[in-house]
Amino acid sequence: MNVSMEFLVASGIGWVTACGVFLMLRGRSFPVVLGLTLIGYAVNVFIFAMGRLWTGAQPIIGNGEVVADPLPQALVLTAIVIGFATTGFVIELALRSHHESGTDQVDGKEPGA
Amino acid sequence: MNPLATIVLLPLLAGTLLCFGLGRDNSSARRTLTALAAGSVTVAALALLLSLAPQILAGQTLIAHTDWVPSLGLSIGWRLDGLALLFALLITGIGLLIVIYAHFYLAASDPAGKFYTLLMLFMAAMLGVVMSDNIMLLVVFWELTSVSSFLLVGYWGHKEEARAGARMALAVTGGGGLVMLAGFVLLGQVAGTYELSELLTRGDIIKADPLYPLLLGLILVGCFTKSAQVPFHFWLPEAMAAPTPVSAYLHSATMVKAGVFLLARLYPALGGTDLFEAVVASFGLATVAFAAWVAIFKHDMKGLLAYSTVSHLGFITFLIGLGSPLSAVAAVFHILNHATFKAALFMSAGIIDHETGTRDLRRLGGLYRLMPWTATFAMTAAAAMAGIPLFNGFLSKEMFFHEAVESTLPWGVAVPVIATFAGIFSMAYSVRLVHATFFNGAPKDLPPDAHPHDPPIGMLAPVALLAVLCVVVGVFPAVTYGPLVQVAASALLGTAPPEYHLAIWHGFNLPLLMSAIAVAGGLALYFALQKSFGLPAYTPQRWSGKASFTCLMDSLFTFAGKLTGRLENGSLQRSLALMVLLVLVLAAAPFGAADSLPQAGSRSLLDAPPLAIVVWALLLATGAALVWTHHARFQAVVLTGVVGMVTALTFVALSAPDLALTQLSVEVVSTVLLLMGLALLPQTTPRESTSLRYGRDAALALAAGGGVAALAWLMLTRDHSSISWFFLDNTLPGGGGTNAVNVILVDFRGYDTFGEITVLGIAALGALALLDGLRVKRPTVDTAGRAWTFEQQPLLLRVAARIVLPLALVVSAYIFWRGHNLPGGGFIAGLVTAVALVLQFMALGQARAESALHGAAGRRFSRWIGSGLAIAGLTGVGAFVFGKPFLTSAHGHPTVAVLGELPLASAAVFDLGVYITVVGATLLMLSVLGAASKENHG
Repeated sequence: MNVSMEFLVASGIGWVTACGVFLMLRGRSFPVVLGLTLIGYAVNVFIFAMGRLWTGAQPIIGNGEVVADPLPQALVLTAIVIGFATTGFVIELALRSHHESGTDQVDGKEPGA
Repeated sequence: MNPLATIVLLPLLAGTLLCFGLGRDNSSARRTLTALAAGSVTVAALALLLSLAPQILAGQTLIAHTDWVPSLGLSIGWRLDGLALLFALLITGIGLLIVIYAHFYLAASDPAGKFYTLLMLFMAAMLGVVMSDNIMLLVVFWELTSVSSFLLVGYWGHKEEARAGARMALAVTGGGGLVMLAGFVLLGQVAGTYELSELLTRGDIIKADPLYPLLLGLILVGCFTKSAQVPFHFWLPEAMAAPTPVSAYLHSATMVKAGVFLLARLYPALGGTDLFEAVVASFGLATVAFAAWVAIFKHDMKGLLAYSTVSHLGFITFLIGLGSPLSAVAAVFHILNHATFKAALFMSAGIIDHETGTRDLRRLGGLYRLMPWTATFAMTAAAAMAGIPLFNGFLSKEMFFHEAVESTLPWGVAVPVIATFAGIFSMAYSVRLVHATFFNGAPKDLPPDAHPHDPPIGMLAPVALLAVLCVVVGVFPAVTYGPLVQVAASALLGTAPPEYHLAIWHGFNLPLLMSAIAVAGGLALYFALQKSFGLPAYTPQRWSGKASFTCLMDSLFTFAGKLTGRLENGSLQRSLALMVLLVLVLAAAPFGAADSLPQAGSRSLLDAPPLAIVVWALLLATGAALVWTHHARFQAVVLTGVVGMVTALTFVALSAPDLALTQLSVEVVSTVLLLMGLALLPQTTPRESTSLRYGRDAALALAAGGGVAALAWLMLTRDHSSISWFFLDNTLPGGGGTNAVNVILVDFRGYDTFGEITVLGIAALGALALLDGLRVKRPTVDTAGRAWTFEQQPLLLRVAARIVLPLALVVSAYIFWRGHNLPGGGFIAGLVTAVALVLQFMALGQARAESALHGAAGRRFSRWIGSGLAIAGLTGVGAFVFGKPFLTSAHGHPTVAVLGELPLASAAVFDLGVYITVVGATLLMLSVLGAASKENHG
């Protein structure tokens, strides 16, 4: 049986989401930041894939008869940059929280404290 | 401006603003000025109404429309017909008397500005309710009356009872308003219009609809709560904590009448059915008798008057509920009569409270001797309330009895019997009010400084005017209220009522006998009650509507508190897990409800090359390794980077070169950022989760991942239709570029992009604010003993960085320039530049790199963000110069010597703004992070 790109992309998105959710549910801030980053990847590819998958069809006019859906690409391009900004903000938030509470536990206190 | 709109806008804008402005200073002169302003605005609105009145009395209906949100069926429509005129005259007329009365009533320490501002707001809201021609607009004003009444009842906010009463009034009437809104939406759907002028002609369609009982029920809840019908009556007595002018205005003449107004207003659309008659008339009848009975036992003058008001509102509700045309005449007539005598009585109660310091009927007495004028006027109004001949209340009460006898309600003879008992009770409480206040010995336990006497003319005049009106209308009803009653009843019924006579004498008949029984029976009942157990000794029962409401609210609060405690124990981990669970449940619910599980679609799929399968396997392995070893944080960052690279590869393979370039460069910067952050955080994550928690989280994660994968699979195997083809067709002719992605970003959806770079800038500035002034002692080595920074920057890296910088800038320029036609553009160019600059930071060290860039610990980069946003914004504004909307782009292909034909588009300038913002934001984030971790060997 031939494996399709669609299957690979769908399962890949699902796997990265699962890893991201798992890390996001951890109790320390750093894994949470990584989890958010992973979920960001998955969401971006998911939105991108909503334009369906195309090979050799770059959305450049004059490139050929068939071109990929450019709209999700435009949406995701800004989403990637904003995702980066969010990652930057969250890591700096984690830093501040660690500095002020003396622990990197997300609730700002050591478990059992 | 349209005169109808002006009538509402006068108090809404001129009234509130003037009173607010003038009343900010509570000096004596300013208080007078504020009252004068409120009075003049009211007079202006009243005069405007009176100037329109002849047209209305001649049978016209004035309508004015302005579109508001036409797509939602919303318009600002005003309507002035007989019914609206009657109410509008009541609102402005009584309003004027209240303005005068309140000026003398309020103590010098009460803020007059606040009072009159709220009063104007309320007046505008009421005028809006009665003059709206669109039922949605009506709802807006309806809720505004609830809100302004909440503020007015709570005017003396330092008193606990005022706050509690205001809260209860808001909860009941505001909640009822919400239910009514649901009913209105249904009504609009069924009738196909929200305009009253059309809706009122579609009664047959509405009444034949299967949704009619439901929408009627919902709307009636709104009317009954507002007009305090049993079982929603309990808020009105509690609202008596309000200053007396407020009670006289809101709780006798206007707001509580809004419910009966709406019943009357919608009568042509909703009324006349057996269901309407049975429900409305029965609730009305129950309210008349019940509230009148309770009123006898109230010791507080205002409490007695409040229950009497509830009873009289039931009286009006009963009459509107009945199907006969004459009952409509009686209803509108009694609306006027009740407002006249009840406002007078409330104002008298206020005077007595003012003079004696108490409203307790057990302590008052003998005031006739001390304040004869007040007593005379109050007794006149009380006589009207009791339904004594020659006073206006008598006439409508006769009509009420007549309708009760004639009613076709299924309760048979019980209807006139209950009506007669209600008459007896009203007589009894009216007698109690007069007897206990003005006669019955002397006042007891008054405050030592109280020397009751008649109040200043300003306070007495409004009462006098209303009392005189009671008598004049009582004797000459046809020439006084007659014309107004005629047009209002016509508007209520939708057609002119049959011939009738407003007159005192209709001959000896059954209603007259019932009146006689009521008067005699009421007197007998009062004195019998006094004699047998003494009314003053009566203590109220424990069970009441108020108590059950309080109990309900308390248990709601307790329940909510417990629920919150269960769900939210202060642990973010737990809240997040619950949120994920909720998302899963919500997303899975539609699948569970479907008959069969959705199947994959029929789109022809792409074969995966072997390389793709290898990369896929790499992704799975990386993810697993990341989850497994995330405790070692450095390693986790690297593995996260691998996932990012796979993402970039995916974009490359699937025809998204722009995304791949963006992802690649973002990957570099964010990995650097993560590592810089990690340097200041613990290097490992402790293993502290229990295996139960691991299991729970893994289950949640797998369910979420599985769900997303299934969703993606279902979508990807189906064909799609997209609006994108429009963009593709217009990219070249409309945007002047061949790279559709870039043209969408900087041209078609330039507004979105402008918003997005603003968000980017804000996130970076947020980071600056977060870390401002933060200095963290950074360890010199990590857990494995590796140094975080170079002892001395390695020569090779320094040289390489120096060579890379100009190259990278050239590449950025190239990527930027070609972006409109080939993969590239401002975002990518900005990231490439940022990466090259980050390399300088690494090679030269934070301090030298920053001084070279004049970064000033990141602060300066905020200027870069500002300039970038300014350039993008100004490009957009530039379109205005050419008379085009914001961000309209222009393009051309001028031929320049040497360089040849140049594709030029104004969008390129916009893209330059994007470029600068991206560079600035990226460097700002890195720079503040670097500045926070200044090496500290101390």
